[in-house]
Amino acid sequence: MSVLQRDPQDMLRVLDEDGEPVGEVPDLSDDELVTMYREMYLARHFDTRAVSLQRQGRMGTYPPLSGQEGAQIGSAFALDEEDWMFPSYREHGAALHRGLPLKRTLLYWMGHEKGNQIPDHVNMFPVAVPIATQILHATGAAWAKKLQDKNEAVICYFGDGGTSEGDFHEGLNFAGVFDTPNVFFCNNNQWAISVPRERQTASATIAQKAVAYGFEGVQVDGMDPLAVYAATRAAVEKAKNPGEGERRPTLIEAVQYRFGAHTTADDPTVYRDSDEVEQWKKKDPIPRLERFLRDTGRLDDEKVDAIHAEVEDQVATAIKEAEAEPRPEPEEMFNNVFAEMTPEIRAQADEFAELYEKHGDEGFLRE
Amino acid sequence: MTMNATIIEAINDALHEELANDDRTLVFGEDVGQSGGVFRATDGLQEAFGEERVRDTPLSEIAIVGAAVGLATYGYRPVAEIQFSGFLPPAFDQLVTNASRIRWRTRGELTAPMTVRMPYGAGVRALEHHSESLEAAYSHVPGLKVVIPSTPHDAKGLLLSAIRDPDPVLFMEPKHVYRSFREEVPEGTYTEPLGEAAVRREGEDVTVVSWGAMMHKTLEAVDELDGVDCEVIDLRTISPLDRRTVVESVKKTGRCVVVHEAPKTGGFASELVATINDEALLYLEAPVERVTGFDVPVPLLAMEDYYIPHPPRIAAAIEETVDF
Ligand SMILES: Cc1ncc(C[n+]2csc(CCOP(=O)(O)OP(=O)(O)O)c2C)c(N)n1
Ligand SMILES: [Mg+2]
Repeated sequence: MSVLQRDPQDMLRVLDEDGEPVGEVPDLSDDELVTMYREMYLARHFDTRAVSLQRQGRMGTYPPLSGQEGAQIGSAFALDEEDWMFPSYREHGAALHRGLPLKRTLLYWMGHEKGNQIPDHVNMFPVAVPIATQILHATGAAWAKKLQDKNEAVICYFGDGGTSEGDFHEGLNFAGVFDTPNVFFCNNNQWAISVPRERQTASATIAQKAVAYGFEGVQVDGMDPLAVYAATRAAVEKAKNPGEGERRPTLIEAVQYRFGAHTTADDPTVYRDSDEVEQWKKKDPIPRLERFLRDTGRLDDEKVDAIHAEVEDQVATAIKEAEAEPRPEPEEMFNNVFAEMTPEIRAQADEFAELYEKHGDEGFLRE
Repeated sequence: MTMNATIIEAINDALHEELANDDRTLVFGEDVGQSGGVFRATDGLQEAFGEERVRDTPLSEIAIVGAAVGLATYGYRPVAEIQFSGFLPPAFDQLVTNASRIRWRTRGELTAPMTVRMPYGAGVRALEHHSESLEAAYSHVPGLKVVIPSTPHDAKGLLLSAIRDPDPVLFMEPKHVYRSFREEVPEGTYTEPLGEAAVRREGEDVTVVSWGAMMHKTLEAVDELDGVDCEVIDLRTISPLDRRTVVESVKKTGRCVVVHEAPKTGGFASELVATINDEALLYLEAPVERVTGFDVPVPLLAMEDYYIPHPPRIAAAIEETVDF
């Protein structure tokens, strides 16, 4: 029986908090499992560096992901090459697995539109800052895939808070009716800025909301990358090859915790106890997977050290490259509003160029 | 008695006043309760007035504004917060389709005395979709008032008027200057009338009109200009518009520059130019100039500063108008 066929209140788990298997370990090779660990560590290290860049004024406001690596990497791992990803704004980890260069992610948070340009070979949509709007795009994209007879699944990430927007309900309803190949992946990290999950919805689980749209909803331990993988893999397979009487879409609720602030502009001590944070840190997905891999002989000190050193280099290089990116010329601001620049925009660009020529950056930049 | 307050503190004080004055006042929105709002506009209010009156809502702008319509028609004075103006569009439907026309379509039987507050505008290196200024679009909605303070004193007095107004008011807060300066603000309750502009500087040579955060860039430019005697008008409310103050000033100076950070095309400056055309055309000694944002989305932080009408652009336009 599929792992999706369970009560939406019965949480799927593969590893316990100590990394001991308590469920069926998915069929992944040793290499894949070690790569999963490596990418989770990469996401965590990237995150730590990004927060410190922001603190030093080298980056804009940034939304940290720490604590959520298991859900991001575990789910991204379950996609096939041809599948598509629609992120919110916190999925830097899932994006790096998909192949988005770290430099792009950095550029976006450093305030360059270029960071939203996704290289051709990377099947993903740019970041969505307006909450839940991407759910509708993912539904439309999956509809397009179906119309084109392409056997491709579309995963869409959003938060627990996002499930309160109409977009969530409307998008899932369309997906149910049109039977589109969607995997709706809710990163329930317990908080929508300062609003806790219990005050976001009166439902016992988010997973159970799927019942209303006529397809399966499953709750998974989002800090257990193997459980996340197993659920997402089953959902991706069902999206592309549904069995008799099955609907393609699935809602996955990955139960997890955001260890850090909502963004670097937020102070979580105003609304939550450090006790709560400590409790959840016991479920940290990274040591958990590491323990499992060590216990099963797939990792040892030497390999772990090598991975850490390699990842630290990789992030340092990406930061160097991103910081070397020059500020775009003002003219760039006027491009890409339309396919063809309108005469009015051309006139505005020329007018600005004249003043810029005279005053230079001193006249316009604030630093 | 006065207090030395920033705009954000003055707004907090206004909310505090009206929650204390009138049991019908309700404050709600995303993160306004326990945390006190992402900009701390509602700091301490839940503690003082309880969860029933100062409430965190689930994350839905259309539900926040739509529920305010229901609350307002049944006896409450809702003051809803939209966390950033970039997230009002999901609720635009409730403003345009319902809040603004409930009085008209029921011939006054039902009314929606509600206020929607939101920070707007560029200049704080915020994330994508956090920096827009759509005031002109909102001013186009019949039955909706649009208020934009630029000082702490006005922020408090205008917000109190907005909450007491019998009709829906969109209260746009210039977040760029939320904390950038302080001034003496009266303690206790006072109101500033909606629909009345303020003359910030009296002058003879040219009328310069602005509002919100751009008011401060305008004053900066004006104060640095040598030998030009500017009359500076702060609209404070863009709908209803205080046409008289603008027209009288232009009749006196014969010249006018309008400054706003929203894009030029269809921006609120167009309405002012049309008004001057209607009522003071023959007094003009130069075409009315507009200094505005460009017809592009507000860029992310690397280019954001190029977008904002900084003092050199404002000064150049004033000089051009005066030298015409
Ligand atoms: C439509 C919209 N409304 C409000 C916001 C402001 N905002 C940004 S993140 C956030 C909370 C989101 O919580 P959740 O969906 O749980 O995602 P998380 O940030 O926890 O990953 C809010 C209210 C926004 N970005 N978009
Ligand atoms: Mg959340």
